[in-house]
Amino acid sequence: MAGRVIVITSGKGGVGKTTTTANLGMALAQLGRRVVMIDADIGLRNLDVVLGLENRIVYDLVNVAEGTCRLRQALIRDKRCETLYLLPAAQTRDKEAVSPEQMRKITEELAQEFDYVLVDSPAGIERGFRNAIAGAKEALVVTTPEVSAVRDADRIIGLLEAEELREPRLILNRLRPDMVRRGDMMTMDDVLEILAIKPIGIIPDDESIIVSTNKGEPVVLDPHSRAGQAYREIARRLEGEDLPISPPQMADGFMGRLRRLIGLQSR
Amino acid sequence: MSVLQLLQRLWSRENEKPSKDQAKERLRLVLVHDRVGVAPDRLLPMLKDDLIAVISKYMEIDEAGLDVTFSQEDSQMALVASIPVRGVRRHF
Ligand SMILES: Nc1ncnc2c1ncn2[C@@H]1O[C@H](COP(=O)(O)OP(=O)(O)OP(=O)(O)O)[C@@H](O)[C@H]1O
Ligand SMILES: [Mg+2]
Repeated sequence: MAGRVIVITSGKGGVGKTTTTANLGMALAQLGRRVVMIDADIGLRNLDVVLGLENRIVYDLVNVAEGTCRLRQALIRDKRCETLYLLPAAQTRDKEAVSPEQMRKITEELAQEFDYVLVDSPAGIERGFRNAIAGAKEALVVTTPEVSAVRDADRIIGLLEAEELREPRLILNRLRPDMVRRGDMMTMDDVLEILAIKPIGIIPDDESIIVSTNKGEPVVLDPHSRAGQAYREIARRLEGEDLPISPPQMADGFMGRLRRLIGLQSR
Repeated sequence: MSVLQLLQRLWSRENEKPSKDQAKERLRLVLVHDRVGVAPDRLLPMLKDDLIAVISKYMEIDEAGLDVTFSQEDSQMALVASIPVRGVRRHF
């Protein structure tokens, strides 16, 4: 049976597509799935550094599309997880170097071998976005709880629908429980009142994401990170588990951490 | 800042809507225009013209007094129209 081709997209830039792709890829691979991630952000390659694989790139997506190398040769195996692979974006060439038709072929070929093909979409609604969704059968829309990001997400949901990518699922990223409590940040329920989409998870705003990106280690590898936990849960929902989506709680203080440390409190 | 100013600040902040509600209301409105694909200053006039055309089949209305606006209560957006009726057309 062919694997699932899922595009991670958003409209607005910088809301967490690449972080999400890297972490879901790693989380699914840790569940024993064979996963390949495609960086479709040509000219602005990033997934490689988020994963800490930047020094191992030989060939890239454009080389594959042009036939300079075989698809297999361009895949980089993750150093921590042997069922996880990356197909990096080209860094210097122009965005027109790959066509939606070529992307469709590449994702189709990869889906023969992998359980999941995750495509990290660039921001915007132009060629790069068209490429990213070309071979996808499912879509995850990432947004933050801000007016501009939600507005762009609505646009993307409309475009996905027009491309027959039905039933996209929403990831609400960078939620801050303290701001929610003050009434200064929209919650998942608020966003769902506005967008016609089903949710798949909420990621808290979390410093550990920046720390883990500094190190090139996806945050799902950190068992204590709240964001990592949230990504692991999304991976399990993708796998079909029916986990309730609960909003992130306030980070606990010193006592809470202590209690967790000595095992009096789970999570 | 004087103590009085500080108190006024606190007071006005308490009376103000939470900013997330302002975000939701603005989003609902902006998405109406985004989805319909009509600029904000054109949508209501277009709607008014169409409403006049439809209602005029049945009633004589005061076109100048016609008022159509969006209003938001709770989590619902409503289109509120006030249409002064001058008379009902006889059909027999
Ligand atoms: N939950 C989070 N908590 C804290 N920081 C985050 C979170 N999610 C993302 N970030 C940070 O936000 C920045 C943008 O994230 P990322 O690169 O994943 O976004 P993107 O949507 O891929 O951006 P682009 O549109 O440029 O491709 C990064 O510096 C990342 O570390
Ligand atoms: Mg990115």
